[in-house]
Amino acid sequence: MLGFVIQRLLQAIMVMAVMSVIVFCGVYAIGNPIDIVIPPDATQDLREEAIRRLGLDQPLWKQYLTFAGNLMQGDFGRSFVYNIPVLELIGGRLPATLELVLISVLSATVLGVSLGVYAGYRPDSWLSKTIMAVSVLGFSVPSFWVGLILILTFAVNLGWLPAGGRGDTVLVWGVPFSFLTLDGLSHIVLPAINLALFKLAMMIRLARAGTREIMLTDTIKFARAAGISEAVILRRHLLKLISIPIITVFGLELGSTLAFAVVTETIFSWPGVGKLIIDSIGVLDRPVMVAYLILVAFLFVLINFTVDLVFALIDPRIRAGATE
Amino acid sequence: MSPVLEVTGLRTHFHTRAGVVKAVDGVSFKLEQGEIMGLVGESGSGKTVTGFSLLGLVDPPGRIVEGSVRLNGTELVGMSERDLRRRRGREISMVFQDPIATLNPMFTVGQQMRMALESHGSISGRAAAARSEELLTMVGIPSPRARLRAYPHEFSGGMRQRVAIAIALLHRPSVIVADEPTTALDVSIQAQILATMRTLATETGTSLIWISHDLAVVSSLATRLAVMYAGRVVEEGPTADILRRPRHPYTQGLIASLPAMAEPGAPLTQIPGTTPSLLSLPPGCPFAPRCPRATAACAAEPVLTRDGTRAVACFHPAEPA
Repeated sequence: MLGFVIQRLLQAIMVMAVMSVIVFCGVYAIGNPIDIVIPPDATQDLREEAIRRLGLDQPLWKQYLTFAGNLMQGDFGRSFVYNIPVLELIGGRLPATLELVLISVLSATVLGVSLGVYAGYRPDSWLSKTIMAVSVLGFSVPSFWVGLILILTFAVNLGWLPAGGRGDTVLVWGVPFSFLTLDGLSHIVLPAINLALFKLAMMIRLARAGTREIMLTDTIKFARAAGISEAVILRRHLLKLISIPIITVFGLELGSTLAFAVVTETIFSWPGVGKLIIDSIGVLDRPVMVAYLILVAFLFVLINFTVDLVFALIDPRIRAGATE
Repeated sequence: MSPVLEVTGLRTHFHTRAGVVKAVDGVSFKLEQGEIMGLVGESGSGKTVTGFSLLGLVDPPGRIVEGSVRLNGTELVGMSERDLRRRRGREISMVFQDPIATLNPMFTVGQQMRMALESHGSISGRAAAARSEELLTMVGIPSPRARLRAYPHEFSGGMRQRVAIAIALLHRPSVIVADEPTTALDVSIQAQILATMRTLATETGTSLIWISHDLAVVSSLATRLAVMYAGRVVEEGPTADILRRPRHPYTQGLIASLPAMAEPGAPLTQIPGTTPSLLSLPPGCPFAPRCPRATAACAAEPVLTRDGTRAVACFHPAEPA
């Protein structure tokens, strides 16, 4: 097990190193940040002074090394636009995205797996057919449209829930969270539903397909032949047998939603990182873009690593393969 | 003495889009306590569905449409799922063909045995472990205490089947249905499992229904045989008698096609034609199109007729010895 962890850690470091090169070169290729950091009517001397100060006169590889060196010390640079450390900027926004995404992905998974298992267990009941029909909608309706309709219905027409913003927050260990106050919770409901719909549909389909397949296997028949009750078969045998694909998709969805909740955050003016990155791309705020993309890569690596560990915890065959 | 299991006129049909598949269409037999009965027939003759029907485990679209299954005097057909569940594992249990597919790979053998034990009343962890260990010893698994903590993938195929048998035996059921439990195993392992099963049946007084397409395997184990064709029992009687003097032409064909019956080097005899589709069975005797002795009389359906210890469903059976 320890060998498996170390091997995975080394892989993660490699991925991060490669990612930092790709991201740095990619961002370097677009636009000239000098135009946005100094006024257009500045003198040529001022211009060259700024270029030197930002290190933009150095060759690319030298710039990268400086950047990588600073990165090692936890320095992601300063935002050109806000002129504060990038880490501070992103760190201030991350909790908002984190709570929105975690709430929506977790509830989509719990609800989706329950509905999907039911739909797979009783495929011919009208309720299952309704669940499946609704899940098709979840797949096919674009999320920006759903967001607008949600605002129109619940905020504008019914006036039940606020249309945007985070509402009141509570500090937990110095980090602000909305979902712990009633006002914040009411603000999080609509964007969370908006984000969750697609994932819900996917979890339903995944759980249903797994359930239908597993329920026909000899493993389940044998358990039934031993007199084990349906409740135990579903709760213990089935859930464990369908868990691997569900955890895989859960991890992928968690990562990609954290990184790209942009549309929902924009529609609901949720002050998360998605909105920050879109704004930064608009004004070519290079340090923010680079730091953000590196952070996203790190999140993916972390999530994948965790998913692999969870696999090994759940499935003894994977555990055996990992120790050999 | 009344039989442990009495099956009368059992019919299990599958209502599919293509039509009604009559997988089991009139099966009757009795099983005495401690008796081993072989249920033989080709693939698709309805042996396995018969086995599942006995436990009430036929998946939709299949359904028992007619007949009676009496276990220890209680009628199982039409019983509620809840009451059936209570009898499964405790009064009647089943061992399947492929031991790789039956055990859940995610749980240790001990966990799976405990689940089976807990399904019929609460039991302490210590008692469950003790009982499981006892059963593993009984089916011949070395160092059973340590093996309780092992996962199925850590066992060989033969050992997994022994574990499955141990699970089936946990509550000392009166009947075990064994559906080709040795087919997926090596020949040498087969012989070991057969020997184990025979010993266990004798020691525990459990009756066994041994389902197989392999007449050679069954005849070494079962005291009585029931031969199935197209969802019906066509011949039934003591194994030795049937082997020595089969009465139904189908049984004769089966025995003649055994490799042991042929001269070395000579081509094996086979029954002409193939098993009919159960969707569109011709009226009358289902074996008639393949039968060397078929006549006009075979357009009507033959009934299983008992004559002493033996029964046969044929208008032109061979004379008993």
